[in-house]
Amino acid sequence: MAEQFELTADMKAQIGKQSPPWDYEVTTTSVRMFARGVGYTDPVYFDVEAAKKAGYRSLPAPPTYLGTAVFLPGRCSDTFSGPSEGLPSVDHGLKGILDGGTETEVFETICAGDNLVAVQQLIDMKVGASASIGKMLIMTADTTYTNKSTGKLVAKQRAQVIYY
Amino acid sequence: MLRFDDIKEGDALPELRKTPTLQTLIKYSAGGGDFNPLHHDYNFPQAKQIGSIIVHGRFKYASLGELVSNWVGHAGRIRKISCQYKGMDLPNNEFVCRGVVKKKSTDGGEKVVEVDVWTENAEGKKTTPGSAVIVFP
Repeated sequence: MAEQFELTADMKAQIGKQSPPWDYEVTTTSVRMFARGVGYTDPVYFDVEAAKKAGYRSLPAPPTYLGTAVFLPGRCSDTFSGPSEGLPSVDHGLKGILDGGTETEVFETICAGDNLVAVQQLIDMKVGASASIGKMLIMTADTTYTNKSTGKLVAKQRAQVIYY
Repeated sequence: MLRFDDIKEGDALPELRKTPTLQTLIKYSAGGGDFNPLHHDYNFPQAKQIGSIIVHGRFKYASLGELVSNWVGHAGRIRKISCQYKGMDLPNNEFVCRGVVKKKSTDGGEKVVEVDVWTENAEGKKTTPGSAVIVFP
C-alpha cells in the first residue's frame, strides 16, 4: 500500500503527452491466438473461408482485440509485450498494478491483413483509494488506431490502469 | 439469425459461463500478450499478497465481447464495448457473463441497440459491469 503517495508537478506534467506512432499489424495468426485465448468457438475467427462466407475480408478481429501486442525484442516490455519506447512515462514508484477499465470504440471492422498505426496519449491521472488496496494512482490513456492504407481512424481505446 | 426487428428492450442475452483454469489464463496471456506474473505465478509477490493469482481483467472484458458476439452473430456490428474491473475473479471459480437490452433506437435512421453487460461471480456480485453498442444494417 502507498499511504504517502501524492501526485507531483513532474507527474502531472506528463498529462497530454503522446507516444510516437507505432505500427500495429493485425494478422490471421494474431486473431486466431486471441480468439483461442478468449475461448471463441465461432469459426469466423479461425477459418478464412468461414469469415468470407460471413461477409468479412478475412478473419475479423474480435471487438476487444485491440491492445493485443505486436512484440519487438528490445523495443517492447517483456511482461506486457507492448511498446516501451517513447510512451508517456510517470516515475511513481508504485509496484502493484491492476486494470481499472477498458472502453473500445470501433468505427470500422478490423480484419487480419489490416496494417494500423497506433498512437497513445496520457489523458488523466488521479489519486483514489479503496478499502482493499488503499491509496492508488489511476492513469487513463487513449490509444487511436488509424488504417495505414486508407488514413482513416478505425478505432479508439481508453484504458485505465491502477497502480498501488 | 438475430433480427433487429425482433429485439425488445429488457431481452436477456444468452448467458456465457466460464471457469478459467491456469491453462485458460496462460492461453489468454499468449493470445493477448499480457504476461504479468499475477496471472500465472502463485509465488509472485502481488499474488502472495492477494492470496492467489487472479483472472486478467481483460479476459473478462474479452468474455463480455464474446457474449455479445455470440448473441449478435454477424447480423450487426459491435461499435462500442466497455467495462470497469470492480472485483477480482480467481481461477477455478465460475463466473457468468450476462447482458440485457437497455435501449433500442432508430434515431437518425440508424438501427442501434444498447446492452448492459456484466460478469457475475458465485456470490452474485457483478465484478465486471459494462455496456455495449451494436449497430445493425
